[in-house]
Amino acid sequence: MTLPRVLVGADGTPMTLDRHRDQHGDLPPSGSRLVDEIAAAGLRGRGGAAFPLSRKLDAVRRGRRTPVVVVNGCEGEPMSSKDRLLLSALPHLVLDGAIAVARAIGADEVIVAVDELNPRTQDTVAWALTQRPEIRRGRLRADVAAIPGGYVSGQESALVQWLNQGPAKPTPPTPRVTERGISRRPTLVSNAETLAHVALIARHGAQWFREVGTHEDPGSTLVTLSGAVERPGVYEVSHGATVSSLVTAAGGLTERSRAFLVGGYSGAWLDMSQARQARLSRAGLAPFSTRLGAGIVVALPERSCPVAEATRVAGWLADHSSGQCGPCVNGLTAIADALAGVRRGDGGPAGLPWIARWCQQVTGRGACAHPDGAAGFVSSALRVFADELTDHAQHGPCDACHAPPVLAIPPTLATAAH
Amino acid sequence: MKTYWYLTRASGAVALILLTVTIVIGIASAGRVQSRRWPRFAVDAQHRSTSLLAFVFLAVHIATAVLDSFAPISLPDALIPFIGAYRPLWLGLGATAFDLLLAVAVTSLIRERLGQRTWRVVHWLVYAAWPVAVVHGLGTGSDVKQGWMTIVYLGCGAAVLAATLVRIAVGWPQDKAWRLGGIGALAGFALAVALWLPSGPLAPGWARRSGTPSQLLHSSTPARRRGS
Amino acid sequence: MRLVVDPIACDGHGQCAELLPERVTLDEWGYPMIDDTEIPAALEPLARRAVRACPTLAIRLRAAQDNERRGR
Repeated sequence: MTLPRVLVGADGTPMTLDRHRDQHGDLPPSGSRLVDEIAAAGLRGRGGAAFPLSRKLDAVRRGRRTPVVVVNGCEGEPMSSKDRLLLSALPHLVLDGAIAVARAIGADEVIVAVDELNPRTQDTVAWALTQRPEIRRGRLRADVAAIPGGYVSGQESALVQWLNQGPAKPTPPTPRVTERGISRRPTLVSNAETLAHVALIARHGAQWFREVGTHEDPGSTLVTLSGAVERPGVYEVSHGATVSSLVTAAGGLTERSRAFLVGGYSGAWLDMSQARQARLSRAGLAPFSTRLGAGIVVALPERSCPVAEATRVAGWLADHSSGQCGPCVNGLTAIADALAGVRRGDGGPAGLPWIARWCQQVTGRGACAHPDGAAGFVSSALRVFADELTDHAQHGPCDACHAPPVLAIPPTLATAAH
Repeated sequence: MKTYWYLTRASGAVALILLTVTIVIGIASAGRVQSRRWPRFAVDAQHRSTSLLAFVFLAVHIATAVLDSFAPISLPDALIPFIGAYRPLWLGLGATAFDLLLAVAVTSLIRERLGQRTWRVVHWLVYAAWPVAVVHGLGTGSDVKQGWMTIVYLGCGAAVLAATLVRIAVGWPQDKAWRLGGIGALAGFALAVALWLPSGPLAPGWARRSGTPSQLLHSSTPARRRGS
Repeated sequence: MRLVVDPIACDGHGQCAELLPERVTLDEWGYPMIDDTEIPAALEPLARRAVRACPTLAIRLRAAQDNERRGR
């Protein structure tokens, strides 16, 4: 049994540097060879985009100016808590990865970005930083940065713009932050979990990393499981594991489930037969038009109303557009309003084809992936919950509409996205 | 030759009218005004064409002012503010207006290479160029007291005032501070001109007070009467 | 050459759609939907005019090899 790897020794308390060293050994010195090792390992980002980390590292190294490393712990997906867990319980594992990567690309600064509504995690990271000899001796500058909450604030370019004293909103795709990011320096933005895997690859190598997972998606990954399961929480699974095995590991379902949401609010719904076939990898989820994203799986109980849940999330997603691109702002608002109308039973099922059309119309027309993700979420709801939607359109709200919500829509403080 | 003197006054007036029209069309374009016969690109194209025409008349205005032998205005005097001997302040304002408009024109020609933000900021200089041009005209113009010239000034003034008020209302629907500031600036300018005129260009002796070289002061009166 | 729009700079003025309906249509909110197939030589002057006309410089012509996948 080679799992857990990342979550080894995690308990409720922040692991001290000494315990961390006992657990994993010292972080070996790393140079540019680490980039090759990461390439051989095939490590992809764990923040949702699954971009190959070695390609990002190569892009950053190509720049002339000294790069900056940003640890992305923002975790904007409300149903995800893996990054929060890592930074509060295993901060040194993440920092190992950040420092190893910083050395490999010649960076002199590490910034750990944490949601501003999470002061405890900020404090834990700051505490962990004070223990690191590399930082105490002044060879590497490190800081914790509080980022405004908001779904898109943790997007790579939004994060960099915020750290550049601008608004936490995505910027045009070029120039990429790997070319010109913080203070116009090449910037590596990497998800906290990705860097945790780097810390292990630096110690055990690419071969070891590939001992679990699939060829296309090597290694293990953290998944936040919630909803109608006995023990919701963060689990470490091998890529390619079935959704069923994950649910079993969590003690099974507490009640009958209507559907599974995979990939968070930018992911997609799976009906039960699809969920039974699905595997947690890109290839395993591609047939269902979704990806693992930031590792989120939610089991929707039968007693919840899927229309109410999907409508509420669609409204939240529309509110969390950064408001910079016409198709996103207008499209997501139209979709959310139409869904709300369907739920209330105004106007009948004639509105449903419009929603599908708008989903198609917003895809690919924003500066970031927000409209694409929202459209994917809603499209899958249109497919999986077609009967419930038609039923609501004709007869209005159902009894289950008032069930306690399963999908969280957290409030954000003075959304900096607007 | 008197022809140049007449030409410079006439072309100056026309340039001001064309500048006014350009501004009004520009504001219409920014306000997304359109009709079936005037799609957005046509309104925008008109803005660019009219501005080009305004420049042509401005060039004629400057060239004829320099060529004219009545007033000692050299080319540098016309382009560089306040260095001339003839009504230095008021002529200098004309040179200033020209310089501002030149900056706008050049940045518009290289807009794609310059980038949107820089182009936009420089483009706003027209809101400075227009009042400067008007005050230049009131200060240097020999026809200020003529009826037709008054109509031109009032017409242009009303058009720019109205259009700018619309622009302020449309441009900053939320930002009260900027709106009030903009309206304040407009009102301030109009008030300042209205207060200045009776004791300034409209009062007797303005030619001497505005800095007309003394050797011209005797001949200027008969020339003006002949031109009226 | 292909047409590319910067959705942040785009303010939905719509001049691109007026000048190049062969490649640009507007959605119901006035924002451009670009057909990004290759621009034939015959359409190139109009495409350049559309690029010059954009009040916010949101629409641009890109050489085919510059159109790499947008990094997120």
